[in-house]
Amino acid sequence: MALRRQSVILGALLAPVTLFLGVFFVLPLLIIAVFSFLTPGLYGGVEWAFYHWNYGRIFGWADGIMEVYEPIYLRILLRSLIFAALTVIVTLILCYPVAFWVSGLPDRWRLVFLFLITLPFFSSLIVRLYAWLLILKPTGLFNTVLMNLGLIGQPLEILYTPTAVVLGMVYVMIPFMFLPLYASVDNLDRAQVEASLDLGANRIQTLVKVILPQTLPGILGGAVIVFIPSVGNFIVPDVLGGAKGLMVGNLVEQQFLSSRNWPFGSALSMIIMAVVLTVLLIAVARARKVGGHA
Amino acid sequence: MAPLLEIRAARRDFATPEGGKICALDGVDLDVGANEFVTLLGPSGCGKTTLLRAISGFEMLDSGTIQLGGADLTALPPFRRPVNTVFQSYALFGHITVARNVGYALEVAGVAKAQRDVEVAETLEKVGLAGMGTRRPSQLSGGQRQRVALARAIIAKPKLLLLDEPLSALDRNLRQQMQIELKNLQHRLGIAFIFVTHDQEEALTMSDRIVVMRAGAIEQIGTPRDIYRHPRNRFVAEFIGETNLFAVTVDRLEGDTALARTAEGVEVLLPADGRKAGERLTAILRPADFTIAAQGIPGTVTRAVYLGSDLHLSVAPEAGGPDISVAIRDGLGVGEGTRLHLAHDPARVHVLEDA
Ligand SMILES: Nc1ncnc2c1ncn2[C@@H]1O[C@H](COP(=O)(O)OP(=O)(O)OP(=O)(O)O)[C@@H](O)[C@H]1O
Ligand SMILES: [Mg+2]
Repeated sequence: MALRRQSVILGALLAPVTLFLGVFFVLPLLIIAVFSFLTPGLYGGVEWAFYHWNYGRIFGWADGIMEVYEPIYLRILLRSLIFAALTVIVTLILCYPVAFWVSGLPDRWRLVFLFLITLPFFSSLIVRLYAWLLILKPTGLFNTVLMNLGLIGQPLEILYTPTAVVLGMVYVMIPFMFLPLYASVDNLDRAQVEASLDLGANRIQTLVKVILPQTLPGILGGAVIVFIPSVGNFIVPDVLGGAKGLMVGNLVEQQFLSSRNWPFGSALSMIIMAVVLTVLLIAVARARKVGGHA
Repeated sequence: MAPLLEIRAARRDFATPEGGKICALDGVDLDVGANEFVTLLGPSGCGKTTLLRAISGFEMLDSGTIQLGGADLTALPPFRRPVNTVFQSYALFGHITVARNVGYALEVAGVAKAQRDVEVAETLEKVGLAGMGTRRPSQLSGGQRQRVALARAIIAKPKLLLLDEPLSALDRNLRQQMQIELKNLQHRLGIAFIFVTHDQEEALTMSDRIVVMRAGAIEQIGTPRDIYRHPRNRFVAEFIGETNLFAVTVDRLEGDTALARTAEGVEVLLPADGRKAGERLTAILRPADFTIAAQGIPGTVTRAVYLGSDLHLSVAPEAGGPDISVAIRDGLGVGEGTRLHLAHDPARVHVLEDA
């Protein structure tokens, strides 16, 4: 009886959450999934007839009349994956040593630093990206300083290149990489590091055999939360990217807004999601394997 | 023969958060022979861990030198020192198996896998963990983890093994068992141990020599018997074992014996050797030095506790002053409230001159 009552209470407590997630999370997802198999309406919207050429356009079985296969879509998808991977790698390399440094700071300074790293969240992303635009443009801060130092003869073309996009994404994603990394670095058992050195392992061996495996959960966690929003990011390439920096997120944005081809945009979204889910599953499997060992 | 380990004038200061300085090692000189079991003993914060860490290389000395087998270690990083440590928290690697934990020192030294497997199996056998190699540290009991930590530290055959309170996390029975095993192991391996403990009983039973430390300095080095029977000062006397200290003035001489009294009037007999009346000194008597007799120090038992075969008494002297701790074999008929006389052999008294 008591069990019964408990489950009723539990059900009542969970109901609002379930409802909320159902309406605002699952439903939109379902709509997108369904739309991706519908016929695009002439002036936007959808017509309720099954249509697989949304995917055909991307993967190469388009009918050639209404829909044309364009390898550019796959190429942009691939480029997005590469940009996202680069973002993960660069943020990881930047944040890993800093995480060690911060966790060794006295309490007071550590808190100050952790506050500083969350500071960007207090202002608008768009505004911050426009600041980067000012820094990177040919007459911007970066080039002016380098020119005045005599390091370069003419301004570097950074703005509206893939470099600018990755730079911008690295900048945006650093806090997301840093925080999980910091958590696992701070948790690292320093005695194990000492034990490794004591047993004759030099610093590099200790890094590879003890520190990296012990902080792997943080590395994987950071990688996942940086990778996922990076793949679908459209704001950074919008502001800093130009034509060569276009990412799949921009494509989706275009389809829904300017091109008004919702089914095609939905199909692209579904593909992004499939890729991201695959990456996530691999990461979780890897983390579980490591965790099981601990 | 030169000792295995020679520490000379080792000094290490730490800055305190308040901006002051604390001297964790204050000019420490210590020699440890090959195959010697040396225990560092002293109150919390006296610098025992700092001394061990200075030997293993995790603390650099501000001044002084450390030599091992004639080679100067003072400036070497930990991984270049032929010294291994059993950490208090064990510090086992959680992400690899017991066997890989134990074989770690060989692995990083580049020993081939086949050779490593043989040595790991042998070492696990030595510490009584044969067949446990495939487990994870998290799947072991506290005592087993302790053995893994030990196996891991001895596999590379260091000349010197450092152990920082390795038994403090174990319960009493296991602890006593491990004390015996450690001692046996040390004997068989023929390597020197420097062992840190808070537990003076542990120090007395296990050590070849005991180093008593206070506030970063060594107070006395000696065999357990030496330290117990002939403490150099009040601190050592009070730190090691139960002690009765009597601040006395020599009253008169009677043949071979000198008769001395505390301020309250408790009478203590000492060997006469050249003492003069009026001399002030501290007389040390251990609980087991007393017997119940027809005459001696009169007093009343305030507390009586059986500890194994011995009866431990607290006796309040009739003259006054602090209670005297007494341990006797045959306590038949003695209980709280019993009035008795405590006698002692003058030769058992240890005298501190600087009273
Ligand atoms: N890293 C450090 N920074 C500042 N002070 C330290 C540091 N390590 C040790 N100390 C100080 O040095 C003194 C000696 O410390 P140590 O750890 O050697 O003591 P210990 O004898 O091992 O004590 P315990 O028996 O409690 O383990 C202590 O006063 C301690 O506060
Ligand atoms: Mg200590």
